[in-house]
Amino acid sequence: MASLATDFIGIRSPNPFWLASAPPTDKEYNVRRAFQAGWGGVVWKTLGAEGPPVVNVNGPRYGVIHGPDRRVMGLNNIELITDRPLEVNLREIKAVKRDFPDRALVVSLMVPCDEESWKAILARVEETDCDGVELNFGCPHGMSERGMGSAVGQVPEYIEMVTRWVKQHSRMPCIVKLTPNITDIRKPAEAAKRGGADAVSLINTINSITSVNLDTFSPEPSIDGKGAHGGYCGPAVKPIALNMVAEIARNPATRDLPISGIGGITTWRDAAEFLALGAGSVQVCTAAMTYGFGIIREMTAGLSAWMDEKGFTAVDQIVGRAVPNVTDWQYLNLNYVTKARINQDLCIKCGRCYAACEDTSHQAIAMGPGRVFTVKDEECVACNLCVDVCPVENCITMVELPKGSVDPRTGIVVGDYANWTTHPNNPMARAAE
Amino acid sequence: MNSPQTPGVVPHRLDPERIASNFADIAPPLTGHEAKVAADRCYFCYDAPCIQACPTAIDIPLFIRQIQAGRPVEAAMTIWSQNIFGGACARVCPTEQLCEGACVREAAEGKPVEIGRLQRFATDAGMARNSHPFTRAPSTGKRVAVVGAGPAGLACAHRLAMHGHDVVVFEKRAKPGGLNEYGIAAYKVPGGFAQEEVSWLLGIGGIEIRCGVEMGRDVTLDQLRAEFDAVFLGIGLQDTNDLRIPGEDRAGVEDAVDFIERLRQAPDKGALPVGRSVVVIGGGMTAVDAAVQSRALGAETVTIVYRRGQEQMSASRHEQEHAATAGVRIIHEAAPVEIRGNGAVTEVQFAYTESGPEGLRLREEGFRLEADQVFKAIGQRLGPLPEGVATAGGKIDPARLPAGVWAGGDCAPGGQDLTVTAVAQGRDAAEAIHRALMG
Repeated sequence: MASLATDFIGIRSPNPFWLASAPPTDKEYNVRRAFQAGWGGVVWKTLGAEGPPVVNVNGPRYGVIHGPDRRVMGLNNIELITDRPLEVNLREIKAVKRDFPDRALVVSLMVPCDEESWKAILARVEETDCDGVELNFGCPHGMSERGMGSAVGQVPEYIEMVTRWVKQHSRMPCIVKLTPNITDIRKPAEAAKRGGADAVSLINTINSITSVNLDTFSPEPSIDGKGAHGGYCGPAVKPIALNMVAEIARNPATRDLPISGIGGITTWRDAAEFLALGAGSVQVCTAAMTYGFGIIREMTAGLSAWMDEKGFTAVDQIVGRAVPNVTDWQYLNLNYVTKARINQDLCIKCGRCYAACEDTSHQAIAMGPGRVFTVKDEECVACNLCVDVCPVENCITMVELPKGSVDPRTGIVVGDYANWTTHPNNPMARAAE
Repeated sequence: MNSPQTPGVVPHRLDPERIASNFADIAPPLTGHEAKVAADRCYFCYDAPCIQACPTAIDIPLFIRQIQAGRPVEAAMTIWSQNIFGGACARVCPTEQLCEGACVREAAEGKPVEIGRLQRFATDAGMARNSHPFTRAPSTGKRVAVVGAGPAGLACAHRLAMHGHDVVVFEKRAKPGGLNEYGIAAYKVPGGFAQEEVSWLLGIGGIEIRCGVEMGRDVTLDQLRAEFDAVFLGIGLQDTNDLRIPGEDRAGVEDAVDFIERLRQAPDKGALPVGRSVVVIGGGMTAVDAAVQSRALGAETVTIVYRRGQEQMSASRHEQEHAATAGVRIIHEAAPVEIRGNGAVTEVQFAYTESGPEGLRLREEGFRLEADQVFKAIGQRLGPLPEGVATAGGKIDPARLPAGVWAGGDCAPGGQDLTVTAVAQGRDAAEAIHRALMG
């Protein structure tokens, strides 16, 4: 059976599934239960500087996007960092780590942007014997208004500066948690690396308003009729997170920088995809907040079984395996020609492919007597919309035209690999060398 | 207090609680959450097969999408604009033979979108508004007579009223509603739904209903033609077919439709007498409704006997299963040959049937069923027709109607004797009348 044991920047855990810094990891009680359930590690909910802890709102902290059966598709929160005293958290961290030495226990930190504040807290945290620290440069609400969280994460120079302080004043492995609320995720990652970070973790939550109450005209979650933007997470954000992880993993400047992947991981499959795009560990929050800690058993069993099926014996054999296949649009093969094919035996004649293609695409599907839908190859650009809207799995597939055949749409013979960089329509085209 | 085993045709076989639960809503309404989940299953098909399968052509994907989007009242408007009896049809339509039978998810998974229940969800929400949602066009000064206050007649009247015509509906019974009020099993339209729906429908204004007026007895077609600008006949099928076998006139033998009507009108259902051993002859919805309600009243054994095979039964598969679940036994391919008894019926002699080139043939072999009550449910037919109205194929011939007279519903051809077809025909006749009157 495949081993799920993970060594992430020297931090060992029995599996790559960590709980992200968030409400589930706010205190000893929860973290012990998580470890007993089988989680490989936790990132303890963000600690702030010594002194009176932050306070949270006393109304709703979470907003939600539901599917029709109230499946949680996306979650949004306006909770701040831990609102419990620093010394209580530190005492509990030490106790938990002592009792679960084989689990990863990383402590998330957020203090004001001055060297003394960071130096002070690092010394205290190091005494807990935790495995490392994660710098919370991602939290997009509340703390950012006070110059912390994503206010730091949005300025690469600050990231570099603070990371450097942390590495100077601590021997602990240092993970920098990035905010997605920026234009180019590669820049903060590069800054973290320049500052000496051992790894980055991403994504933190995305600025969001989940909905507007159309009776009170208050954004949700509503606090006394007003709403502030929160941080969006859960299954809905996964595609955004996957891309950002991949961008860092394939960026020459950061390709060797370890990544802890975060963003909507709900099942083993989501985790496997993050690992394949370069994450060396994954962090989970919304799924645990929705279903409880027991989901870890599905995640570990699923990942392990899939690895067995594929012949992988260790997690690091998966990590980054898809990264070489992530490229820029300009390098995609323009001579890869496919056509939609509708399997008439599977077709249930709903006509969604027809409506989508006829109204919004290329008028490449014909509707015949008896609601028989067929593809007009001479019109089909292979956009895949019909596949995407078809309610029957594998009913519509994209079939590749063999090399040497003629594309009935263009009249052009399907040739060898060729991309935009050499295409005659590209004014910047240069001859292939 | 009697029991199911008490001999004869007697009331109070079950305690009142049991009676109440037996006659409760057979398909309770969906909750808001259930409706959302059910609505999400709709694929919003292109040129949707369900619409084509609906005799009133309700835009089903649209109304389901409106439910999904949290606007059930607007969903009801989508329904009512095609079918003003959307509430009744949601309850009584054989949806598995119509919209749900055509649903692509029926083909895909054998589990169609629950269109009927969603339609009820929407129309319940709409009717809960307690106001009529349509407004009348300015008065045209034209007057139309509608004969029969059933689904066809009232659908016609409503559409005519909407167009600004004044309508008088003549109904021979004491209450309007037709089969919705008198001919549907009680558990399908519990409470006073049929009357509620009629009152709601009349909220459009411009419709006067005169109950207790019988065509031929109290008024003639010629009088109506003279007094009104147009006449719509929605008189339904008023007579029933006979078995034409010895003993048919014995006490305890009656038409199933009369039993069903009695049940619908009874304030205390438990007080209705029912046999210990009930035999229902027929294979349609009426047979099932009579049989299931006999069981619901506490009959010990209830048997439906149908002369052809299961596939030929006009009661839908769903109805047949419902009967079986209620404890009704269904015997196929057997026909009654004699009803025996000593004054009242005590048993029915059946012969097995087989179909050959000359049609159905009685075989030598047969069997006897003990019975103290026999319901005949072998079809309904036209009653006496007004002068000048010709028939074809057992229905009013629409091509040979006197000038200014239209017909629709069960008395006219083209339907399957369903409420929904009657509504469609009444509505379409109203449009035709409107065009004729307005030039």
